[in-house]
Amino acid sequence: MALVSVKDLHKSFGELEVLKGIDLEIEAGEVVSIIGRSGSGKSTLLRCLNQLEQHDWGTIHLADQRLDGTAMSPGELSQNVGMVFQSFNLFPHKTVIENVMLAPLVVKQTPREEARRIAEAVLAKVGMSEKVDAYPAQLSGGQQQRVAIARALAMNPKVLLCDEVTSALDPELVGEVLRVLEDLAREGMTLILVTHEMKFARDVSDRVVFMHQGRIHESGDPQTLFTRPRTPELNQFIASVL
Amino acid sequence: MTDFTLWDIVRNLLLAGRWTVVLSLIAFTGGAVVGLVLTLARMGGLWPVRWLIRLYVDLFQGTPLLMQLFLAYFGAAVLGFDVSAWTAASVALTLFTSAFLCDIWRGCVEAVPSGQWQAARVLGLNYLQSMRHVILPQALRLAVPPTVGFSVQVIKGTALASVIGFVELTKAGTMLNNAAFAPFTIFALVALGYFILCYPLSRYARHLEKKLYGAGIR
Amino acid sequence: MTLDFSTLLPYTDAILEGLVTTVWLTVVTTVAGIALAIVVAYARDGSREGPSGIVSRLLGAYVEVIRNTPFIVQLFFLFFGLPALGVSISATVAALLAMILNLGAYTAEILRAGIDSTLKGQHEAARALGLSRLQSFRHVVLMPAFSRVYPSLISQCIIVMLGSAVVSQISVFDLTYAANFIQSRNFRGFEVYLVVTLIYLLLAVGLRLAFEFVGRRLFAFRQGGSS
Ligand SMILES: Nc1ncnc2c1ncn2[C@@H]1O[C@H](COP(=O)(O)OP(=O)(O)O)[C@@H](O)[C@H]1O
Ligand SMILES: [Mg+2]
Repeated sequence: MALVSVKDLHKSFGELEVLKGIDLEIEAGEVVSIIGRSGSGKSTLLRCLNQLEQHDWGTIHLADQRLDGTAMSPGELSQNVGMVFQSFNLFPHKTVIENVMLAPLVVKQTPREEARRIAEAVLAKVGMSEKVDAYPAQLSGGQQQRVAIARALAMNPKVLLCDEVTSALDPELVGEVLRVLEDLAREGMTLILVTHEMKFARDVSDRVVFMHQGRIHESGDPQTLFTRPRTPELNQFIASVL
Repeated sequence: MTDFTLWDIVRNLLLAGRWTVVLSLIAFTGGAVVGLVLTLARMGGLWPVRWLIRLYVDLFQGTPLLMQLFLAYFGAAVLGFDVSAWTAASVALTLFTSAFLCDIWRGCVEAVPSGQWQAARVLGLNYLQSMRHVILPQALRLAVPPTVGFSVQVIKGTALASVIGFVELTKAGTMLNNAAFAPFTIFALVALGYFILCYPLSRYARHLEKKLYGAGIR
Repeated sequence: MTLDFSTLLPYTDAILEGLVTTVWLTVVTTVAGIALAIVVAYARDGSREGPSGIVSRLLGAYVEVIRNTPFIVQLFFLFFGLPALGVSISATVAALLAMILNLGAYTAEILRAGIDSTLKGQHEAARALGLSRLQSFRHVVLMPAFSRVYPSLISQCIIVMLGSAVVSQISVFDLTYAANFIQSRNFRGFEVYLVVTLIYLLLAVGLRLAFEFVGRRLFAFRQGGSS
């Protein structure tokens, strides 16, 4: 069975139906980019995957475990699914290494020395070893986002969700974050990325999913999808972002 | 001990409550007038004026209202006047209110973005015109919610006039309690009286603030 | 009539005793009141959606009652009212209780504003990392919320310290009680109250400096370089 398996997922906010039946299977090690217009439900889908939003209908399976309300505790869930946000959301009162160590310490109850060792390792991976004792306010946006990635990795998740992680960055800082994601992809990390970086989606992902009005409108390997879109909606979308 | 019915207690409290309302109105009105003069003087004045007004504000904000009342009461005696609790309470509460309002209003004027000043000046408006047509109308809108909110502090402040012998709601409560000895009921009723006066104002202030915030100012 | 401060000199002991009382009442109230506020803010924040909506309502009522009635009435209610219910309580305990309940209510409201404002993203990040609501509140939300509302918190503690002058009215020997006591002996009301008012002013300045000193250490994380 696939690592992530979503079946007939529905989600509404009041009257507004945002997800209208999503089916999606993602294998371990796969890199999947989700593209689509603003408001098409991309973030909501990601947020359902780690239960920041509860879905109304359908099922989500993660590594053969059903993930519904109480089936998996938040602690267990966070060891399966990591998430990186557009706005970094680093904890401003904690240093870089404290940000990364917090969840292992309080959620997993990892001993302090080991938590520190893990934190140093993931920070090295994102190239932030120099700044372990800095506070978030002392870092550039790109550096903050790399720390946020390290923070998610410290829980050793099976899949990493990234919601427009470069959208809040100055253009010259986008590259350093994308490089980190590329390294992760190469190492075999399962990644689900909502992104507006079309070049990155084409070069790095194994599969691209185009969402439109709460549905998966089209999906396939990046080459085919970008060069020969089958639907006018995708055609229009590609024209509008290139 | 005489027998007091609940109605006796309530009636006496209501009668005294009138003076709480009157004293609050005097303090708030007087405080607003003095506060406005101080605010304008502070914004347009020379540095010694600004400095003095700031000292005035800090003194009233940094000392107990109870002491201000005592000083007004005994200070008048030092100056050779024999003032009533009425006068002392009115004067002290007015000055107290003016200091706080001056501080609130200065904050509101300063909260108008400096871009507004610049925009007005490049349109050719002079200082007074900018103030009158651009800055003050915006500052006024910002000032309404905290000013309404502060009126609650004024009403609660009048309770301290009881300590220098002014018979308002709180003093009536203690006097009634000495006669009827039903402290739980009496002070609960006194508290209720203040709550009835203050709570609607608090709610209104919060409502105004939300409206302002919703309008996208700040 | 002229001012004469020399008649105060024999009473320095009384002033000192009152000063000590005012200071310790303030210190205990600050610590306990802030602790109370943290509990109230947490309980109110969480129980809004949950099944315990009643807890949230009750705490909301507590906050509103305290904020919309005068401190002196709260004090009289506790000191005179509770014994009538069979709970006997000393003047000092009544004063402390009233002060703590007062600061707790105001601070809970201040803190709530700090939590509401912009901490949603960080709270979500904490939840995504698997932290429980309590863990998130404790490790992630609380400190930034405090740092954001710290100026209001300082002002509120000063207001409560100045307001504590009222406890003299139930015969707690604080600074104001000392002033009343001296005034009743030497009949130099104005001089006594002037001196004691200045002492309060110094206390207010001192309290602010102490808070700012603590704040600089506690919230060092805010001084970022580039951003
Ligand atoms: N918490 C929420 N409450 C109400 N509406 C929401 C909420 N979150 C998202 N929406 C709405 O759902 C729709 C899809 O949002 P989102 O998933 O964020 O889209 P995308 O990430 O593709 O831009 C939008 O119309 C948005 O306004
Ligand atoms: Mg989105």
